[in-house]
Amino acid sequence: MGATSDTIREHFPDLVLHSHAAFGDETVCVRPEGVAPVARFLKYGAIPAFDVLVDLTAVDYPGEDPRFEMVYHFYSLVGRIRLRMKARVSGDPPEIDSLVSLWKGANWYEREVWDMFGVRFRGHPDLRRILMYDGFEGHPLRKDYPIRKRQPLVGPVN
Amino acid sequence: MGLRRAVAGVFGDQGFVTTRLDSLVGWSRKYSLFVYPFVTACCGMEYMSVSCAHYDLDRFGAALPRFSPRQADVLMVVGTISHKIAPVLRRVYDQMTEPKWVVAFGVCTCTGGFYNNYATVQGIDTIVPVDVYIPGCPPRPETVLDGVMKLQDKIQKQRQEY
Repeated sequence: MGATSDTIREHFPDLVLHSHAAFGDETVCVRPEGVAPVARFLKYGAIPAFDVLVDLTAVDYPGEDPRFEMVYHFYSLVGRIRLRMKARVSGDPPEIDSLVSLWKGANWYEREVWDMFGVRFRGHPDLRRILMYDGFEGHPLRKDYPIRKRQPLVGPVN
Repeated sequence: MGLRRAVAGVFGDQGFVTTRLDSLVGWSRKYSLFVYPFVTACCGMEYMSVSCAHYDLDRFGAALPRFSPRQADVLMVVGTISHKIAPVLRRVYDQMTEPKWVVAFGVCTCTGGFYNNYATVQGIDTIVPVDVYIPGCPPRPETVLDGVMKLQDKIQKQRQEY
Protein backbone atom coordinates (compact mmCIF):
# COMPACT_ATOMS: atom_id res chain seq x y z
CA MET A 1 0.00 0.00 0.00
CA GLY A 2 1.03 3.62 -0.14
CA ALA A 3 2.86 5.77 2.34
CA THR A 4 -0.08 8.00 3.19
CA SER A 5 -2.44 5.09 3.81
CA ASP A 6 0.14 3.50 6.10
CA THR A 7 0.48 6.71 8.08
CA ILE A 8 -3.26 7.00 8.50
CA ARG A 9 -3.52 3.36 9.49
CA GLU A 10 -0.84 3.90 12.16
CA HIS A 11 -2.68 6.82 13.72
CA PHE A 12 -6.22 5.48 13.38
CA PRO A 13 -6.03 1.70 13.34
CA ASP A 14 -9.68 1.09 14.20
CA LEU A 15 -11.12 3.63 11.74
CA VAL A 16 -9.52 2.54 8.48
CA LEU A 17 -11.33 -0.26 6.71
CA HIS A 18 -9.10 -0.81 3.72
CA SER A 19 -7.03 1.02 1.18
CA HIS A 20 -5.71 0.60 -2.32
CA ALA A 21 -3.51 2.44 -4.78
CA ALA A 22 -3.57 2.84 -8.54
CA PHE A 23 -1.59 4.97 -10.99
CA GLY A 24 0.31 6.65 -8.19
CA ASP A 25 -2.76 7.83 -6.24
CA GLU A 26 -4.15 6.23 -3.11
CA THR A 27 -7.61 5.63 -1.80
CA VAL A 28 -8.42 4.98 1.82
CA CYS A 29 -11.81 3.80 3.06
CA VAL A 30 -12.77 4.78 6.61
CA ARG A 31 -15.70 4.38 8.94
CA PRO A 32 -18.16 7.31 8.83
CA GLU A 33 -17.31 8.41 12.36
CA GLY A 34 -13.68 8.59 11.28
CA VAL A 35 -14.17 11.19 8.56
CA ALA A 36 -13.70 14.23 10.80
CA PRO A 37 -10.67 12.96 12.82
CA VAL A 38 -8.86 11.65 9.74
CA ALA A 39 -9.54 14.87 7.81
CA ARG A 40 -8.22 16.96 10.70
CA PHE A 41 -5.12 14.79 10.81
CA LEU A 42 -4.63 15.12 7.05
CA LYS A 43 -4.85 18.88 7.23
CA TYR A 44 -2.71 19.53 10.32
CA GLY A 45 -0.87 16.37 11.29
CA ALA A 46 0.22 14.62 8.12
CA ILE A 47 3.52 15.25 6.44
CA PRO A 48 3.06 16.50 3.80
CA ALA A 49 -0.14 18.21 4.92
CA PHE A 50 -3.15 17.87 2.64
CA ASP A 51 -4.18 21.50 2.63
CA VAL A 52 -6.60 21.53 -0.31
CA LEU A 53 -10.00 19.86 -0.29
CA VAL A 54 -10.50 19.30 -3.99
CA ASP A 55 -13.90 17.63 -4.11
CA LEU A 56 -16.67 16.34 -1.89
CA THR A 57 -19.44 14.24 -3.33
CA ALA A 58 -21.57 11.14 -2.81
CA VAL A 59 -22.57 7.97 -4.65
CA ASP A 60 -25.85 6.10 -4.27
CA TYR A 61 -25.71 2.29 -4.28
CA PRO A 62 -29.39 1.48 -3.97
CA GLY A 63 -29.26 -2.23 -3.30
CA GLU A 64 -26.51 -2.14 -0.71
CA ASP A 65 -26.36 -1.28 2.95
CA PRO A 66 -24.88 1.20 3.83
CA ARG A 67 -26.40 2.90 0.84
CA PHE A 68 -24.45 6.13 0.30
CA GLU A 69 -20.71 6.45 -0.14
CA MET A 70 -19.14 9.80 0.61
CA VAL A 71 -16.08 10.55 -1.51
CA TYR A 72 -13.50 13.18 -0.54
CA HIS A 73 -10.52 14.22 -2.65
CA PHE A 74 -7.52 15.91 -1.03
CA TYR A 75 -4.41 17.45 -2.56
CA SER A 76 -1.14 18.42 -0.93
CA LEU A 77 0.46 21.51 -2.45
CA VAL A 78 3.80 20.87 -0.78
CA GLY A 79 4.03 17.17 -1.49
CA ARG A 80 2.10 17.32 -4.78
CA ILE A 81 0.23 14.13 -4.03
CA ARG A 82 -3.47 13.34 -4.06
CA LEU A 83 -5.56 11.21 -1.77
CA ARG A 84 -9.12 9.92 -1.98
CA MET A 85 -11.05 9.14 1.18
CA LYS A 86 -14.29 7.21 1.09
CA ALA A 87 -16.84 6.51 3.81
CA ARG A 88 -20.12 4.61 3.64
CA VAL A 89 -23.14 6.03 5.43
CA SER A 90 -26.67 4.86 5.92
CA GLY A 91 -29.72 5.97 7.84
CA ASP A 92 -32.89 7.92 7.30
CA PRO A 93 -31.68 10.56 6.65
CA PRO A 94 -28.03 9.50 6.47
CA GLU A 95 -25.78 11.69 8.59
CA ILE A 96 -22.09 12.40 8.67
CA ASP A 97 -19.85 15.07 10.20
CA SER A 98 -19.34 18.28 8.31
CA LEU A 99 -15.88 19.43 7.21
CA VAL A 100 -16.81 23.12 7.12
CA SER A 101 -14.84 23.83 10.32
CA LEU A 102 -11.68 22.64 8.54
CA TRP A 103 -12.27 23.81 4.96
CA LYS A 104 -14.66 26.69 4.28
CA GLY A 105 -14.97 25.50 0.70
CA ALA A 106 -16.78 22.38 1.85
CA ASN A 107 -19.85 24.51 2.59
CA TRP A 108 -21.41 24.52 -0.87
CA TYR A 109 -20.27 20.98 -1.73
CA GLU A 110 -22.10 19.68 1.33
CA ARG A 111 -25.16 21.74 0.44
CA GLU A 112 -25.09 20.14 -3.02
CA VAL A 113 -24.86 16.64 -1.52
CA TRP A 114 -27.77 17.43 0.79
CA ASP A 115 -29.83 18.75 -2.13
CA MET A 116 -29.07 15.91 -4.54
CA PHE A 117 -28.70 12.90 -2.20
CA GLY A 118 -30.23 13.80 1.12
CA VAL A 119 -27.16 13.25 3.31
CA ARG A 120 -27.25 15.55 6.37
CA PHE A 121 -24.05 17.09 7.69
CA ARG A 122 -23.76 17.54 11.46
CA GLY A 123 -22.34 20.93 12.31
CA HIS A 124 -22.99 22.58 8.95
CA PRO A 125 -23.87 26.24 9.56
CA ASP A 126 -26.50 26.62 6.82
CA LEU A 127 -27.65 23.32 5.35
CA ARG A 128 -30.24 24.08 2.69
CA ARG A 129 -30.84 23.38 -0.98
CA ILE A 130 -28.50 24.99 -3.44
CA LEU A 131 -29.42 23.87 -6.97
CA MET A 132 -33.15 23.18 -6.63
CA TYR A 133 -35.72 25.62 -5.30
CA ASP A 134 -36.64 25.49 -1.62
CA GLY A 135 -39.98 23.72 -1.90
CA PHE A 136 -38.68 20.90 -4.10
CA GLU A 137 -39.62 17.45 -2.82
CA GLY A 138 -37.17 14.62 -2.94
CA HIS A 139 -33.51 14.27 -3.75
CA PRO A 140 -33.05 14.03 -7.52
CA LEU A 141 -29.75 12.18 -7.85
CA ARG A 142 -30.91 9.23 -5.76
CA LYS A 143 -31.39 6.21 -7.97
CA ASP A 144 -35.01 5.80 -6.90
CA TYR A 145 -36.02 9.31 -8.00
CA PRO A 146 -38.18 8.82 -11.15
CA ILE A 147 -36.17 9.98 -14.13
CA ARG A 148 -39.03 11.71 -15.94
CA LYS A 149 -40.68 13.30 -12.90
CA ARG A 150 -41.25 17.05 -13.24
CA GLN A 151 -41.93 19.52 -10.45
CA PRO A 152 -42.22 22.92 -12.11
CA LEU A 153 -42.77 26.06 -10.03
CA VAL A 154 -44.58 27.85 -12.86
CA GLY A 155 -45.91 26.32 -16.02
CA PRO A 156 -47.45 22.93 -16.79
CA VAL A 157 -46.13 19.55 -15.75
CA ASN A 158 -45.30 18.18 -19.18
CA MET B 1 -49.30 66.04 -64.89
CA GLY B 2 -51.39 68.80 -63.50
CA LEU B 3 -51.51 67.04 -60.14
CA ARG B 4 -47.78 66.81 -60.00
CA ARG B 5 -47.38 70.47 -60.73
CA ALA B 6 -49.98 71.26 -58.10
CA VAL B 7 -48.20 69.12 -55.50
CA ALA B 8 -44.84 70.58 -56.47
CA GLY B 9 -46.29 73.98 -55.83
CA VAL B 10 -47.13 73.03 -52.23
CA PHE B 11 -44.13 70.90 -51.27
CA GLY B 12 -41.52 72.18 -53.66
CA ASP B 13 -39.46 69.35 -55.00
CA GLN B 14 -39.84 67.11 -51.95
CA GLY B 15 -42.83 65.04 -53.03
CA PHE B 16 -44.79 63.00 -50.49
CA VAL B 17 -45.36 59.39 -49.58
CA THR B 18 -48.59 57.66 -48.58
CA THR B 19 -48.73 54.64 -46.32
CA ARG B 20 -50.83 53.13 -43.56
CA LEU B 21 -50.22 54.24 -40.01
CA ASP B 22 -49.71 50.59 -39.03
CA SER B 23 -46.87 50.20 -41.52
CA LEU B 24 -45.23 53.43 -40.44
CA VAL B 25 -45.38 52.54 -36.79
CA GLY B 26 -44.20 49.02 -37.59
CA TRP B 27 -41.27 50.41 -39.54
CA SER B 28 -40.23 52.62 -36.66
CA ARG B 29 -40.69 49.90 -34.03
CA LYS B 30 -38.73 47.28 -35.90
CA TYR B 31 -35.69 49.49 -36.38
CA SER B 32 -35.49 50.59 -32.77
CA LEU B 33 -35.46 47.42 -30.75
CA PHE B 34 -34.38 47.65 -27.13
CA VAL B 35 -33.31 44.18 -26.15
CA TYR B 36 -33.50 42.80 -22.59
CA PRO B 37 -30.87 40.06 -22.71
CA PHE B 38 -32.01 37.53 -20.10
CA VAL B 39 -28.76 35.59 -20.31
CA THR B 40 -28.18 32.55 -18.12
CA ALA B 41 -25.73 30.21 -19.90
CA CYS B 42 -23.44 29.44 -22.84
CA CYS B 43 -25.71 31.05 -25.46
CA GLY B 44 -24.68 34.32 -23.83
CA MET B 45 -21.33 33.95 -25.57
CA GLU B 46 -23.06 33.89 -28.93
CA TYR B 47 -25.20 36.87 -27.92
CA MET B 48 -21.99 38.75 -27.13
CA SER B 49 -20.52 37.79 -30.53
CA VAL B 50 -23.63 38.97 -32.29
CA SER B 51 -23.60 42.28 -30.42
CA CYS B 52 -19.98 43.04 -31.10
CA ALA B 53 -18.18 44.32 -34.14
CA HIS B 54 -17.93 41.39 -36.52
CA TYR B 55 -21.59 40.34 -36.69
CA ASP B 56 -22.92 43.64 -35.38
CA LEU B 57 -26.47 43.74 -34.09
CA ASP B 58 -26.26 47.55 -34.14
CA ARG B 59 -26.95 47.72 -37.87
CA PHE B 60 -30.42 46.30 -37.14
CA GLY B 61 -31.09 49.03 -34.65
CA ALA B 62 -30.92 46.61 -31.73
CA ALA B 63 -27.66 47.81 -30.25
CA LEU B 64 -28.54 48.99 -26.80
CA PRO B 65 -29.44 46.39 -24.19
CA ARG B 66 -31.81 47.65 -21.54
CA PHE B 67 -31.64 45.87 -18.22
CA SER B 68 -34.88 47.24 -16.95
CA PRO B 69 -38.05 45.53 -18.15
CA ARG B 70 -39.85 48.86 -18.24
CA GLN B 71 -37.46 50.23 -20.84
CA ALA B 72 -37.13 47.16 -23.04
CA ASP B 73 -39.36 45.83 -25.76
CA VAL B 74 -37.74 42.56 -26.79
CA LEU B 75 -37.15 39.95 -24.08
CA MET B 76 -34.37 37.81 -25.50
CA VAL B 77 -34.15 34.70 -23.34
CA VAL B 78 -30.65 33.34 -23.82
CA GLY B 79 -29.55 30.09 -22.19
CA THR B 80 -31.02 27.32 -20.08
CA ILE B 81 -33.93 28.21 -17.83
CA SER B 82 -34.13 26.10 -14.68
CA HIS B 83 -37.20 25.71 -12.50
CA LYS B 84 -35.55 27.95 -9.93
CA ILE B 85 -35.24 30.96 -12.27
CA ALA B 86 -38.57 30.36 -14.08
CA PRO B 87 -40.70 32.53 -11.73
CA VAL B 88 -38.16 35.35 -12.16
CA LEU B 89 -38.47 35.12 -15.94
CA ARG B 90 -42.25 35.21 -15.71
CA ARG B 91 -42.09 38.25 -13.44
CA VAL B 92 -39.69 40.10 -15.78
CA TYR B 93 -42.01 39.36 -18.71
CA ASP B 94 -45.04 40.59 -16.76
CA GLN B 95 -43.26 43.83 -15.86
CA MET B 96 -42.49 44.71 -19.47
CA THR B 97 -44.80 47.25 -21.04
CA GLU B 98 -46.60 46.80 -24.35
CA PRO B 99 -45.57 46.37 -27.13
CA LYS B 100 -43.32 43.48 -26.24
CA TRP B 101 -41.92 40.47 -28.03
CA VAL B 102 -40.06 37.41 -26.81
CA VAL B 103 -37.22 35.66 -28.60
CA ALA B 104 -36.25 32.14 -27.54
CA PHE B 105 -32.50 32.00 -28.20
CA GLY B 106 -30.95 28.55 -28.30
CA VAL B 107 -32.47 25.08 -28.02
CA CYS B 108 -32.61 25.15 -24.22
CA THR B 109 -35.18 27.90 -24.36
CA CYS B 110 -37.01 26.45 -27.38
CA THR B 111 -37.58 22.94 -26.05
CA GLY B 112 -35.31 22.32 -23.10
CA GLY B 113 -32.47 21.25 -25.39
CA PHE B 114 -30.71 18.09 -24.35
CA TYR B 115 -31.61 18.72 -20.67
CA ASN B 116 -34.62 16.42 -20.48
CA ASN B 117 -34.48 16.26 -16.66
CA TYR B 118 -35.80 17.34 -13.28
CA ALA B 119 -34.26 20.79 -13.27
CA THR B 120 -34.88 22.38 -16.69
CA VAL B 121 -37.96 24.05 -18.10
CA GLN B 122 -38.85 22.15 -21.28
CA GLY B 123 -39.25 25.20 -23.44
CA ILE B 124 -40.00 28.72 -22.23
CA ASP B 125 -43.22 28.75 -24.24
CA THR B 126 -44.68 26.86 -21.27
CA ILE B 127 -44.18 30.07 -19.28
CA VAL B 128 -44.21 33.07 -21.65
CA PRO B 129 -45.58 33.49 -25.20
CA VAL B 130 -42.73 33.33 -27.72
CA ASP B 131 -42.56 35.15 -31.05
CA VAL B 132 -39.37 33.84 -32.63
CA TYR B 133 -37.54 30.59 -31.91
CA ILE B 134 -33.84 30.54 -32.76
CA PRO B 135 -32.55 26.95 -32.59
CA GLY B 136 -28.91 26.04 -32.22
CA CYS B 137 -26.57 24.96 -29.47
CA PRO B 138 -25.42 27.65 -29.60
CA PRO B 139 -26.87 29.19 -32.75
CA ARG B 140 -24.33 30.70 -35.11
CA PRO B 141 -24.46 34.51 -35.16
CA GLU B 142 -25.85 34.39 -38.69
CA THR B 143 -28.75 32.30 -37.39
CA VAL B 144 -29.38 34.88 -34.68
CA LEU B 145 -29.37 37.70 -37.20
CA ASP B 146 -31.80 35.70 -39.34
CA GLY B 147 -34.04 35.35 -36.28
CA VAL B 148 -33.85 39.09 -35.59
CA MET B 149 -34.79 39.80 -39.20
CA LYS B 150 -37.77 37.44 -38.90
CA LEU B 151 -38.80 39.31 -35.77
CA GLN B 152 -38.54 42.56 -37.68
CA ASP B 153 -40.78 41.14 -40.44
CA LYS B 154 -43.29 40.11 -37.81
CA ILE B 155 -43.25 43.55 -36.21
CA GLN B 156 -43.67 45.27 -39.57
CA LYS B 157 -46.61 43.15 -40.63
CA GLN B 158 -48.50 42.87 -37.37
CA ARG B 159 -51.52 44.91 -36.48
CA GLN B 160 -50.04 47.56 -34.21
CA GLU B 161 -51.50 48.33 -30.81
CA TYR B 162 -51.42 51.88 -29.57
